[in-house]
Amino acid sequence: MLKIANISVTFNEGTLDEKKALNGIDLEMERGDFVTVIGSNGAGKSTLMNVISGNILPDVGDVLIDGKQVVHLPEYKRSAFIGRVFQDPMAGTAPSMTIEENLAMAYSRDKKRKLKIGVTKKRKDIFREHLGTLNLGLEDRLSAKVGLLSGGERQALSLMMATFTEPNILLLDEHTAALDPSRAELITSLTEKVVRESGLTTLMVTHNMQQALDLGNRLIMMDKGQIIFEANGEAKKELTVERLLQEFQRIRGEQFEDDRVVLG
Amino acid sequence: MFISMFGAVESGVIYAIMALGVYLTFRVLDFPDLTVDGSFVTGAAVASLSIVNGVPPVFATLLALLAGFAAGCITGLLHTKGKVNALLSGILMMTALYSINLRILGSPTVSMLHETTVFDQLNSIWSLTGIDQVLNGMLSMFGLDRFPKTWGIVLIMLIVTLLIKLATDYYLKTEVGLALRAIGDNKKMIRSLSANTDNLTIAGVGLSNGLVALSGALIGQLGGFADVNMGIGMIVVGLASVIIGEALFGTKTIARATLAVIGGAIIYRIIVTLALRVDFLETGDMKMITAVIVIFALVGPRILQARKEKKRRLQKRQQLSAQSGGNHHA
Repeated sequence: MLKIANISVTFNEGTLDEKKALNGIDLEMERGDFVTVIGSNGAGKSTLMNVISGNILPDVGDVLIDGKQVVHLPEYKRSAFIGRVFQDPMAGTAPSMTIEENLAMAYSRDKKRKLKIGVTKKRKDIFREHLGTLNLGLEDRLSAKVGLLSGGERQALSLMMATFTEPNILLLDEHTAALDPSRAELITSLTEKVVRESGLTTLMVTHNMQQALDLGNRLIMMDKGQIIFEANGEAKKELTVERLLQEFQRIRGEQFEDDRVVLG
Repeated sequence: MFISMFGAVESGVIYAIMALGVYLTFRVLDFPDLTVDGSFVTGAAVASLSIVNGVPPVFATLLALLAGFAAGCITGLLHTKGKVNALLSGILMMTALYSINLRILGSPTVSMLHETTVFDQLNSIWSLTGIDQVLNGMLSMFGLDRFPKTWGIVLIMLIVTLLIKLATDYYLKTEVGLALRAIGDNKKMIRSLSANTDNLTIAGVGLSNGLVALSGALIGQLGGFADVNMGIGMIVVGLASVIIGEALFGTKTIARATLAVIGGAIIYRIIVTLALRVDFLETGDMKMITAVIVIFALVGPRILQARKEKKRRLQKRQQLSAQSGGNHHA
């Protein structure tokens, strides 16, 4: 479904600040794979997400989605088949527009936008049904402005907007990091549910090691622009936070360093 | 007095089309577009040139709209593809348009007094209806003895402006329109939902300036001339209309907001007319008056809000101290 081959990204090339953010990354994901990504400071996790979404153009390398080369497609074209949830709960929704209008915009993601009314009665029924699964009561507030919702509610809405057209790829960039623990837990369980039910191919960056272990069928650990450790299926199930830290020390010969890491 | 008020409403209804254009950029796209000062004149210039050269007035007016659309698209292109700051791209386009307008006109002022304008045509049909006599008859019952020349322009233009409003409302509710609104609200988000923000911005600024030029073409025909300086300060007039309208009529829904903008444009004209009746004010003071109105409409609500908030807190404190005072006695 997603194939990343030999991706390298260098920032500020030729200056004193030159930084190799990604160094020959290879990653292949099957349909329905749920990969969690952890890594130390400046490991290149966010850069990897941005390369996939088209925010950053890599120096070399290929990005293939469903066998199609997309590395030269601009961000907005790629997002027809990539759903994204950002860390900032404010980033994924338009605050001065209503819940139904936000959903209508997400609904048009994989279609050509036309001069037809965006919020129709039929669509409202679809929205209401989907919102009902969140159990937040949002289905009764379709015409409320999104700016009135709490951070957790907005993030739940963002998650739904990113997923309900069932995109080929779902990118989650620390999407629970800015929420308080109980809200983060809610979003985590919603994520698990929607990915399982729709069988979405998902890549999730997280600073929460326990979350990285609990979710998904694969885990990768990044450091200095490279993938240094990978655990799949059964091997991942047996991992613990301590084991992960030991692995890092064994491979790198130094302590895992991340000032934002949550050990779980 | 009645006649000058009537004139204010008549031109206000036409300026409202310009204000709707300003609303599209300023509020919907969050793009402070200064092209307006130029594209308003472009509209008047294209219409007058076409009419003087024998183009049917309605067609000439539509040509003006297209010219404004093109000018707006160039501003949009400068901003999106050229990555020029929004304000600067508007200023650059406005400056360039001054020369272009002068070229179109051929001289600083072109008169249409001896030409048939869209309003002359409208009046010749209107006078057949006899509505003027009925309305003026009603007015004479109130003891008025001076009547407006025709009711046709104000009534027909009110309908035209309302139709443009309805079309704008509809457009902003379509799939394309929702994406356009999201650009002014959360650009990053709408890009992640697969919308081509560059093209939408270009079309939005184009549409806005199309409306501005249409308004300019009609104002030119109403006054019987096009002047290269008639657009100076037009953006501030547009902003004044939008802000006054929003402050007085609210912005709860899109339909309400666009209606408010039309109301704001008419009220702005009435304020200016009233201001000019004050003895010590001259025609040249109008820009100053406009600026003061905008400042007042921008700052006024904020001061009122702050005072209300202060009062509320004071009341709360008094309530609390009254309560705790009672406790001590008990």
